Amino acid sequence: MQLLGFLILFPLVIAFLVLLAKNEKVRGPIIKVSSVLISAAAIAFLVTNFHKGIQYFDVRHSYIDKILFAVEVFLAGYVFVASIKYRQWRTTVLIVAQTAIAVSFRIIYGSSIQVSHNIFVDKLSIIMVMIVAILASLICVYSIGYMKDYQRIHKEVKDNRSFFFFVIYVFMSAMFTLVLTNNLTWIFFCWEITTLSSFFLIGYAKKTSREAKINCFRALEYNLWGGIAIISGVFYLYYSAGTVELDKLMNMGKAAAMIPVALICFGGITKAAQYPFCKWLLGAMVAPTPVSALLHSSTMVKAGVYIVLRFALVLEGTMTGYLVASVGGLTFLIGSIIAIAQDDAKKVLAYSTVANLGLIILCAGVGTYEAMWAGIFLIIFHAVTKCLLFLCVGVVDEKMHTRNIEDMCGLIISMPKVSIMMQIGIAGMFLAPFGMLISKWAVIKALVDSSPLLLLFVAFGGAATLFFWVKWMGKLTLVERPEKDVEVEVSYNRWIPLYILTLMTIFLVATLPFVSNWMVEPYIVEIYGRSAPMDHNNIMIMSIMLAIVMLFPLAFLHRSKRVRIVPPYLAGINTGDGKKFIGAFGKTKCMEMRDYYLDKYFGEGNLYKVGVVLSLIMIAGIFVSSVFI
Amino acid sequence: MNLFLGIIIFIISAPFIGGLLSGIDRKLSAWLQGRVGPPVVQPFYDVLKLLKKDTLVVRSSQNIYILFYFIFMLFTGCLFFGGENLLLVIFALTLADVFLVLGAYHASSPYSFIGTQRELLQVMAYEPALLFAATGMYMVTNSFYVSKIATFGAPLIVYLPAAFLAFFYILEIKFRKSPFDLSTSHHAHQEIVKGITTEFSGKALAMIEVTHWYETVIVLGFVYLFFGYNIFLAIVVTLAVYFAAIFVDNTVARLKWQFTVLSAWAMALIFGMGNILVLNLVGRYF
Repeated sequence: MQLLGFLILFPLVIAFLVLLAKNEKVRGPIIKVSSVLISAAAIAFLVTNFHKGIQYFDVRHSYIDKILFAVEVFLAGYVFVASIKYRQWRTTVLIVAQTAIAVSFRIIYGSSIQVSHNIFVDKLSIIMVMIVAILASLICVYSIGYMKDYQRIHKEVKDNRSFFFFVIYVFMSAMFTLVLTNNLTWIFFCWEITTLSSFFLIGYAKKTSREAKINCFRALEYNLWGGIAIISGVFYLYYSAGTVELDKLMNMGKAAAMIPVALICFGGITKAAQYPFCKWLLGAMVAPTPVSALLHSSTMVKAGVYIVLRFALVLEGTMTGYLVASVGGLTFLIGSIIAIAQDDAKKVLAYSTVANLGLIILCAGVGTYEAMWAGIFLIIFHAVTKCLLFLCVGVVDEKMHTRNIEDMCGLIISMPKVSIMMQIGIAGMFLAPFGMLISKWAVIKALVDSSPLLLLFVAFGGAATLFFWVKWMGKLTLVERPEKDVEVEVSYNRWIPLYILTLMTIFLVATLPFVSNWMVEPYIVEIYGRSAPMDHNNIMIMSIMLAIVMLFPLAFLHRSKRVRIVPPYLAGINTGDGKKFIGAFGKTKCMEMRDYYLDKYFGEGNLYKVGVVLSLIMIAGIFVSSVFI
Repeated sequence: MNLFLGIIIFIISAPFIGGLLSGIDRKLSAWLQGRVGPPVVQPFYDVLKLLKKDTLVVRSSQNIYILFYFIFMLFTGCLFFGGENLLLVIFALTLADVFLVLGAYHASSPYSFIGTQRELLQVMAYEPALLFAATGMYMVTNSFYVSKIATFGAPLIVYLPAAFLAFFYILEIKFRKSPFDLSTSHHAHQEIVKGITTEFSGKALAMIEVTHWYETVIVLGFVYLFFGYNIFLAIVVTLAVYFAAIFVDNTVARLKWQFTVLSAWAMALIFGMGNILVLNLVGRYF
């Protein structure tokens, strides 16, 4: 319980400390020390609580709700003013609507709401706490140096770094509360905080950059739709059943729970950037890279899938669940296909994030124990590998001033370590025997057993995934011309998070059977009473595969010297060092190799529209089916 | 015990079977083109000669990828003939292919590069149909294990005719035969030279050749599964399917990648998925 309080309150304290510490010499150490403390607390929390069952805590103070309400109204006022100032009428209307619902809920029922347990801890929340604490801490350390350079390069952006870190720590606290609370009004409150954090961080340069302004308001708008759905769901729940507690909602029976669950799942779909809301997350890539890593790939968007996963048991076997799963599946398919056409590394990562979140939503909507197993596995692996990839792209961007994948050719020479880390990350994203592929395998198995039509999304989407990842990975090993090593200039507070994340990726892969047996399966058993989608035989095979893959880097150390190095085949017209050739009109040209992006076929334009139309139909179906269950 | 027997028989006999099939392929193609053609054992001579040749490379470590391509192909075959999980087999097969593609990337040569791009498109084209075939087999036999599927008491083809059709279509892509020999081909004088294998020579090329023999046997093993209830029939049909593929190879011209991906996905969607949905409906209501 003390640890729990520490996790929620300590980041808040640090938030105010860094807000006051205007000098970066003071701020840096505070951030480093607090990162270590928060990670340590999360690990201690795991060790002391994981073996216990579901624990409920009764934190009841009448003034907590009052403070939260006051903060909520204050923030709504701020958003209202900001929206008017920047002439964003849609967000103005939405914030008024949302606040109106929240305030009327408070006026009508405020005094009568009785909550028996505000806080609860189960295995899923512990897993989420671990992900948030460790990744957010690493990203904070990485950000110290990154933001310093960011300010140096972007002189026009006002230096507001203490506020930047303030938002990150408030976000951390909100995220911990979100996954630990049993009170849906608190969930709504934290939901709003994460939405606003995202708004502030995407709009870090909103005063000077038009792109940042547009995108931060788009993120706000889409997430407000989700907020409205959630508060309406809570409102309806209290009106129909007289409770605002998560555990009571889950045990109410499918028919009674379906309408609020559908509304809250809609909220999850907006935050997880599923179609038709995916655009906000893609726009969010204008934010500084650590922000993209923190909010838009490894932690905040996981709040969206977390809330849908919570209701997996309610959704299982219902039409509503099927439609939620379809929205996820559709997003996986279309996101993966569009990713083929992107050459901006951050965009590829964004689309693959959208796609993977889709896969998790698909699992949650199907809701069987096998699907749930795959869903949680995906959350863990995706968070770590995506975080690693984002930070790698950030380092490359800093040193080479490019995010284009085409420019990463030769990276194995110019930044060997980063290139290898990136390759490990990419392998972790899609290759057998690494985590993601195992999850995909479990998804396929889960779907065959329950709803084979959804296989459509996984089979075609999975094929597209392979294309864009291998393309990128190959580009990292390709060398067109001699390069200079620029990696030596990268400072240690970038290396430390990168090394830790790389080791974490390898560790997670290597201990896969244990992660399954000790972390994921106990939770599945806790809620379903059964488990074991993977038998031990397959785990053994996977370990052998892994061992062989591990030999791969070793092979480089013992490469054969008995080969003769020759220039590449250039139709016999090589010249100079052999990598140039004599082109038409006798001019000497350099060879160039450009990946296929096939924008005409896999571009954003038409596919996006198709996705929006189909997903809107599915979402309408979610609401209709929840009423007529 | 059965497991080890399967694996050992595979490792030893597959290169002979694959090499022989390749020889027959060349003899048959020659016959179709009105030539005499090389002896049936010519592929073995070729590989033996390649082993004696110098190994030329563009970048010193490019052949490591080929070694792992070979190892994972062997591993895939061991899983398959050891009777293990079919989905794992498919994933391992993909992994092997990824190593080949990465090797060609690593070689940093324009012609092998163009091969990688096309090979990736080909992998993208064939994967869905392969997965649908595997899941179809699971739905009939209630198991993903090759050992259970192969010994299922009834002919799978009766339950999965459409899925087999889609599978037969992508077989041509998997063999990299015309009309889908986009990424590499046995005939070097063309716009992509040798495509993905352009920069591999000597021992590395020999290894690619042998790996291809193993691959042929594994893919034909998939065909076998559809007819597995009667061994003789299964072997005859499998060989017939292989010769049909050679026949197609010799009668049609190469297609563009657009048609390759679109048609393979359409086949997978209509026949592969269609078959699965029908099975699901039948299973649910009858």
